[in-house]
Amino acid sequence: MDRRDFIQVTGTIGAGLVIGFRIPPTPASFKPNAWLQVGTDGAVTLTIDKSEMGEGNHTALAMIIADELDADWSRVKVGPVPENPAGWSRRMSTGGSTSVRTSWDILRKAGASARVMLVTAATQAWNVRAVECVTERGFVKHALSGRQLSYGALAQRAAAVPVPDNPPLKESRFFELLGTRVHRLDTPSKVNGSAQFGIDVRVPGMLVATVERSPVFGGKVESFDASAAKAVPGVRHVVQLESTPWTGVQGAWGVGTESGVAVVADTYWQAVQGRQALKITWDEGPNAALGDIPGKLAALAGQTGVTARQDGDVTAALAAAAKKVESVYTVPFLHHATMEPMNCTAHVRAASCEVWVPTQNQTRAQEVAAEASGLAKEKVRIHTTLLGGGFGRRLESDFVAEAVRISKAVGAPVKVIWSREDDTRHSFYRPATYNRLAAGLDAQGKPVAWSHHIVAPPILLKFGPLQNGLDATLIDGASDVPYAFPNVFVDQVAADLPVPLGFWRSVGASQNAFVVECFMDEVAAAAGRDPYELRRELLQAKPRHLRTLELAATKAGWGSPLPPGHGRGIAIAEWEPTTCAEVAEVSVSPDGTVRVHRVVCAVDCGPVVNPDTIEAQMQGGVVFGLSAALYGEITIEKGRVQQGNFNDYPMLRMTEMPVVEVHIVPSTDTLGGIGEPSVPPIAPAVCNAIFAATGKRIRSLPIGKVT
Amino acid sequence: MPSYSLLVNGRRRTVEVAANTPLLWVLRDNLGLTGTKFGCGIAQCGACTVQIDGQAIRSCILPVSAVGASRVTTIEGLSASATHRVQKAWVAEEVPQCGYCQSGQIMAAAALLQRTPQPNDADIDAAMTNICRCGTYQRIRAAIHRAAKEA
Repeated sequence: MDRRDFIQVTGTIGAGLVIGFRIPPTPASFKPNAWLQVGTDGAVTLTIDKSEMGEGNHTALAMIIADELDADWSRVKVGPVPENPAGWSRRMSTGGSTSVRTSWDILRKAGASARVMLVTAATQAWNVRAVECVTERGFVKHALSGRQLSYGALAQRAAAVPVPDNPPLKESRFFELLGTRVHRLDTPSKVNGSAQFGIDVRVPGMLVATVERSPVFGGKVESFDASAAKAVPGVRHVVQLESTPWTGVQGAWGVGTESGVAVVADTYWQAVQGRQALKITWDEGPNAALGDIPGKLAALAGQTGVTARQDGDVTAALAAAAKKVESVYTVPFLHHATMEPMNCTAHVRAASCEVWVPTQNQTRAQEVAAEASGLAKEKVRIHTTLLGGGFGRRLESDFVAEAVRISKAVGAPVKVIWSREDDTRHSFYRPATYNRLAAGLDAQGKPVAWSHHIVAPPILLKFGPLQNGLDATLIDGASDVPYAFPNVFVDQVAADLPVPLGFWRSVGASQNAFVVECFMDEVAAAAGRDPYELRRELLQAKPRHLRTLELAATKAGWGSPLPPGHGRGIAIAEWEPTTCAEVAEVSVSPDGTVRVHRVVCAVDCGPVVNPDTIEAQMQGGVVFGLSAALYGEITIEKGRVQQGNFNDYPMLRMTEMPVVEVHIVPSTDTLGGIGEPSVPPIAPAVCNAIFAATGKRIRSLPIGKVT
Repeated sequence: MPSYSLLVNGRRRTVEVAANTPLLWVLRDNLGLTGTKFGCGIAQCGACTVQIDGQAIRSCILPVSAVGASRVTTIEGLSASATHRVQKAWVAEEVPQCGYCQSGQIMAAAALLQRTPQPNDADIDAAMTNICRCGTYQRIRAAIHRAAKEA
């Protein structure tokens, strides 16, 4: 492929050197979706279509391009996310721990191209040869004559230089930024209150809204009396909102808003007072009696599922096994609970729509805003703010649809702020699942059969009916069980539940790692084997898994003595291609309270961009997974989510925080993501440690009290 | 509507709001000080933490009518240009991820160090009850110890 097909000069006069490039680098109909600008003032700006929601991806992406450019890091920044996804060459979204790994190669090439162009500009200015020049921290230097020119001084001239065909990339031993603990670009604004999140948006003439939504999934406003609400000082409008299904049709992502009534006021508190004064009669609809989800899933367990994986003959192998192990594992619905509740600001005018929103999904936000405003997509501008957490919740655009509808109805810019209770009760939940497992051991205790039967409501219904009846997210981490079993069978029964579902940090792996790795521990116990040693033996054909597992076990001192009452558990999971293994050390107090003392985490994510960020993500993922494992549970009765706030949907706090030690596997294997991989292994590592400490198996989450 | 004269970050500010309006929303909606965050509305998470006469207070449940003549300090007023030792320690330890809770965490930590200049881990556990959904607790602890050393 000719590199000019995906890197071009796109600069305008006076802007310095601007090159546009395309991620992924496909040559057809070149449309850039990322830009590197070297300004005449020496500022280096990367513009790229990725949201910053806490993982440090903006800094990582800037490091990659700046290293090849030999930029002065103190002059590097990341520009605002572009505003018009419709003009884009790929769907604009951030998720799946993909930002860095999908951008690595092209960012390096773009940085290297710009460096060559700046050097060429210097050789023209000095009438010297390129081989006599070096680049260093934002300067081109000519050693023989002692001359130097800054990138800023060269930028305009460099813009006229042809884009090089094959710029040399650095060998990794010459990296100056990559692999080092570079301070994040966004940290200064996050310690002085200046960071702008969606909830902080303020535009001229803006009103603020809060919405009372149907307490029952799929219920409708039958009638309402807004007279008292309108009498509250500051309340300007009351607007009825229609529901839209969370399930999609023909590949389109369902929007998923509940029927409700919005109160629009000058300030948030006034809107809240107005909302409290609303009198709404609900038609609770067909889901008013919905409850006992675990019972409903268990009742479907007798059904034959759609086969997700079949190696050998599990039925025959189980029948012939010298020993059989069988268990049922269940997990509950979970909510993301970003610290920043959902919010969106929209301004619909006759021929335009502006949206300011903390979103992981600009493309879908624009489509939804266009639909809600009745305007063409190109008339909608999506201004992406910082995200106060995403975790998958902000891949949805329900909050965008509401804000646009309300703004259109009242003819003014409106910021819709969700209360914590709104956020908890009107989410897109991680599916609850029911899992029946069976394993067979031969006479020598070697596992010869593994069967995993999954019953769960499918997330992918949000894109329309399932292909082949399978939801790939529900079997992730189950159908690809990494152990060398000669006979494997995994199938999935799709449960039909009217509960909106979504992607929750690490998605299917979040529940399947718990199920698979806890049951693996049961298999080891049945075989009379050490759970670490048995895993090692069965991972010989999976070198990345194996070295990650071994590093975690070694650093944790697997097998070394522990204080009385303490237990150690191990687990591994893959967030392809990253592997992450964790060893947890726990104790259980006489009242059943679980205390996690220490977690040793090993990760193989391939080449390291920023080790400090990797450590932070591993620590953070452990905490995220630990909150869920210990406490996380959304329950539904009478069609309503029963939890509302952090008092009944608790989070891990400082006093429960274990020491988390992170070890990065030195690796040149495929580059992988880091935002999700540390979440899946923590629940099974902790549960396996509880078994080691107490002899009690945890087969249902959350762990709660162990009695 | 009643009028309240508040001393916020050393400046006298007058607002006309309902008496039950939480200080949080006065700061954010009336005074434009959006560094203080809304997280839960029931004093569970601490994202709204400000200092009232040097004490860490959850502003989401404090009615403006109860503030009186007290000195209110928000993240914007903690130091002139992020030079408070807690802010510097937060940068050095690279604490924030999404950053949404960190204003509250920093205000709570600054109040702790004011009261207990050399806190041990148990002091930190007791004082730092704010929720961080990104899970930055380990770095918050390290940053508080760092700030204490630099006192």
